[in-house]
Amino acid sequence: MNNEIDIHTEEKSFLLEKVLKNLTGEFLKEDLEQISLLKRDKVITPVIYIGTGSCGLVAGASQTLEAIRKYLSDNRIQARIVECGCIGFCSEEPIVDIHLPGKARISFRKVTEDKVEDILSAIFNRNVNDDHVLGQYKSGPAETWANVPFIDQLPFFALQQKVILKNSGYVSPLSIDDAIARGGYKSFYKTILNYTPEKVCDIVELSELRGRGGGGFSTGKKWKVALTTAGDQKYLICNAEESDPGAFMDRAIIEGDPHRLLEGIAIASYAIGASYAYIYIRSDYPRALNILEEAIRQAKDYEILGQNIFGSGYNLNISIRQSAGAFVCGEETALIRSLEGKRGTPWAKPPYPAESGLLNQPTVVNNVETLANIPGILEYGPLWFKAIGTKTSKGTKLFSITGNVQNSGCIEVPMGTKLSDIIHHIGGGVKGGKKLKAVQIGGPSGVCVPAANLEVEIGYESLQEVGAVIGSGGLSVLDETVCMVDLSRYFMEFLQKESCGKCIPCREGTKRMLEILEGITKRPREESTHETLERFKGVVQLESLAEVLRDTSLCGLGQNSASPLLSSLKWFREEFEEHIFDRRCEAAVCRDMRTFYIDVDACNGCNVCQKKCPENAIIGVVKVPHFIVENKCNGCGICFEVCKFNAIIVK
Amino acid sequence: MEETIDRILRKYPAGKKDSLIPLLQEIQRESGHLSDSSIAEVSRYMNIPLNKIYGVASFYDQFRFGKQGRYHVQICHGTTCHIYRSSAFQAEIEKILQVKAGQTTKDGKFSLEVVNCLGACGNAPVMLLNGIAHGNLTTGRLQKILSRIKEPNE
Repeated sequence: MNNEIDIHTEEKSFLLEKVLKNLTGEFLKEDLEQISLLKRDKVITPVIYIGTGSCGLVAGASQTLEAIRKYLSDNRIQARIVECGCIGFCSEEPIVDIHLPGKARISFRKVTEDKVEDILSAIFNRNVNDDHVLGQYKSGPAETWANVPFIDQLPFFALQQKVILKNSGYVSPLSIDDAIARGGYKSFYKTILNYTPEKVCDIVELSELRGRGGGGFSTGKKWKVALTTAGDQKYLICNAEESDPGAFMDRAIIEGDPHRLLEGIAIASYAIGASYAYIYIRSDYPRALNILEEAIRQAKDYEILGQNIFGSGYNLNISIRQSAGAFVCGEETALIRSLEGKRGTPWAKPPYPAESGLLNQPTVVNNVETLANIPGILEYGPLWFKAIGTKTSKGTKLFSITGNVQNSGCIEVPMGTKLSDIIHHIGGGVKGGKKLKAVQIGGPSGVCVPAANLEVEIGYESLQEVGAVIGSGGLSVLDETVCMVDLSRYFMEFLQKESCGKCIPCREGTKRMLEILEGITKRPREESTHETLERFKGVVQLESLAEVLRDTSLCGLGQNSASPLLSSLKWFREEFEEHIFDRRCEAAVCRDMRTFYIDVDACNGCNVCQKKCPENAIIGVVKVPHFIVENKCNGCGICFEVCKFNAIIVK
Repeated sequence: MEETIDRILRKYPAGKKDSLIPLLQEIQRESGHLSDSSIAEVSRYMNIPLNKIYGVASFYDQFRFGKQGRYHVQICHGTTCHIYRSSAFQAEIEKILQVKAGQTTKDGKFSLEVVNCLGACGNAPVMLLNGIAHGNLTTGRLQKILSRIKEPNE
C-alpha cells in the first residue's frame, strides 16, 4: 500500500513539475517515454476502456463492466480497466476498447454483458469479432489489426474536428493525472504567470469566440466589462443548466474531460478578477455532478485551485450549485436569482450581469462549451482559433444529433459545416429508410429547417438565412412519421409549463397558444357549437399572438417561445390546414385525428376489440368481420393494439 | 426525523439566504420530500417567512411535498423521447401501476414523475426506475420491467 502511495507521489510531482510547468515544449527522452506511458499511448499491460458516460450507462455499461471484471478474474488476466467518457457515438453504446501491448487500440460497439466473453476471448487470442468491431485507433509504431477500419475514417467521425472533445474517450474523467499528461492546466499555468487579466481578455476578444449558449455575444467583450466595472467581489458562473430537451453537449464535456472545463473556468475567473466561481449544474445529471465534485477535489489536492495558486498570489474557489430544476434558469439573470436563493425569475436588462449580477456584483455567466474553448485559445493562440470556422463564426461547435437518425450522439464540427453533411454523413441519414421531413435546431426555442433547405452552413449569421438560430445545439432529425402540429404543441406545452410567470405576455400567451394548438389537435364532439368557431378564430389569432409574444416578453424564453410554431407554420402550413379543415393528421400521431377501419378480409371476428373498446364503438358478432362506428370512436387506438390479425387500419 | 433536520440545519449559516436552495435540497435528499414541519423548522432557523420558502420551493420542479413511492419511476419526455411516443409509454405505466404522473399510490409503493430530458437521447425512449436507467423501451420491455416490481418474488 505504502509503495503505491510512493509511486503516486512520484507521478504527481513528475506531472506537476516536468509536464505542467514545462512551457518550452521540449522534453528529455526518458520524460517523453514516461509521458507516453502516462497517456497510455504505449501500454505494458492490456488496457480496457469502457464508456461510462450517462449514455453508456443507459445502454447497460455498468453490467458490461461487471462482466468484464468477472471475465478477467475468471481467466486470471492482468489488465487495467479505464472508465472514460463518451466518444460521442451514443447509439452504439456500450462501447468497449481494448489496447493490447504492441497492438493498436481497437474499439467494439454494442458490447452488452452477454457479448463480453465472446469479444474478449477472441481479442486475447488476437482474433477480432467482426459483428461488433467499430474500428481501430492510429497509434504510431504499434501493429495495426488487419481488415479493421480506422476509427477516424468512419463516416461518423470523418467530418468531425475534435478540439473540445479531443481528450474525451482517452482520459478517465476521474483522474487529474490523465488530464495533465495530455496537457491539462498548462494554459492556466502559462496565463497566470505571464499574462495580466487585461491581456487575457484581449486574447479572447481577438480570437472572436462567441458565447455558445445561444446568444452569440463576444466572450472577450463580456469579460472586459466585468473586469473594468468596480466591485468588492466579482463572480464567474459556469452555466451547466442544460435543460433544453434533446441537448446534451455540456454533459458530454463534463463527463468526458471535466478538467478542461475547470481550466477554462480558472482562466476566465483570473481574467475578470473573480476569486469565486460557481458551476450551476442540472440535478438530472447525477453522473456529471459526481465527476465534477471529484475533479474539483483533485485539483485542490494538486494545489491548482485554492489559495496562492502556483505562487502567484491569485486565489480561486470553485463551488458547485445544483439546480433545482427550472428551464428558465438557463437564462443568465434567472440563474443568478436562483443562486441567491430566490425564485428563478429573470430581470429586464440592463443592468447586465457583467455590471451588476450576483449579489449586485460584476458577474460573468458563461456556458460550459464557451469555457471549454478557453484553454485551447490560450494554448495555441487566438489566430489558431480564428483559422477554424467561417468569417463571423469561429471555432468548432458541438451538436447533439438525435431523433429519427441512424447514428445519434454528440458531435463536434467546425463552424461552416453544411447541415446536410451533418445529417447525411455524420448522422448516416434517416433511420429505417424513411423520408426526411425536417431538422429541428435548438429545441423549444429553436426552429425547424425543412429537408429542402439543408444546404445551409452552420454559423450564427448563415443559419439566419433560413430563419434558424444556432441555439444551444440540439439537432433533432424528424422523419415523415412526425406530425409538425403535434411537435409544435409539444414544445408549447413544455414552455407553458416552464414559463416563470413574471411577465404577462409569456405567462398568458403561452397558455393561450397551447389552448389553440390543443383545439387544433383535438376532435370536437360536435362541429356545430361555438367551439368550432373558437377553433377557427384561434388559428387566425395564432400568428399575431406569436408575434406579440416575440416582441413583448421579458426574456428569451418568452421571446423565442413562438419560434418553433412560426417556423412550422411557415414551412408546413398545409399540415396545419389539414388538421383544421379536414380534421386529419397525415402522420397519424394526433390521437383524436385518427380514424380506424377494420379490414373485412383480415378480420376473423374474434371479438377482442369489441370487448376492449371503451366507447362501445365496435359492432359485430363472433366469427363475422366487425365494424367501427366512426362518430363513436375516440381514436384511442386500443383496438389497434389488441388486434392480433393486423385487421385494424389507421388513417 | 427532527434530529436529521437539526443536523442538516447546523451545517448552514443561519443568516445567509443564498443557501436556502442547497439546504432544501439536502433535506429532500435525506428524507425523501419536504414535509410541512421541516419547512417550518427551516423558516425559524433561517429567519425567512414561511410563505417565501414555499414560494421558492414550489417554483422548482425538483421539490416534492409528498412522499415518493418505494418504486419511483421517472419517464423522460424530451424531444426525441416524444418522437418515439413516450406519452404512450407514460399511459401504459399509469395503467399498469395505477398511478398518475406526479402522484404516489396510496400504499406508498409506486410513484411516477415525468422529467424533461435525461440527455440519453441516443437510447430513446428512456425511463428511470429508482435511478437505474432503462433505454430503448418497447411495450414488451416496459411490461417486463414493471411486472418485476409489481409482484416481486419475495
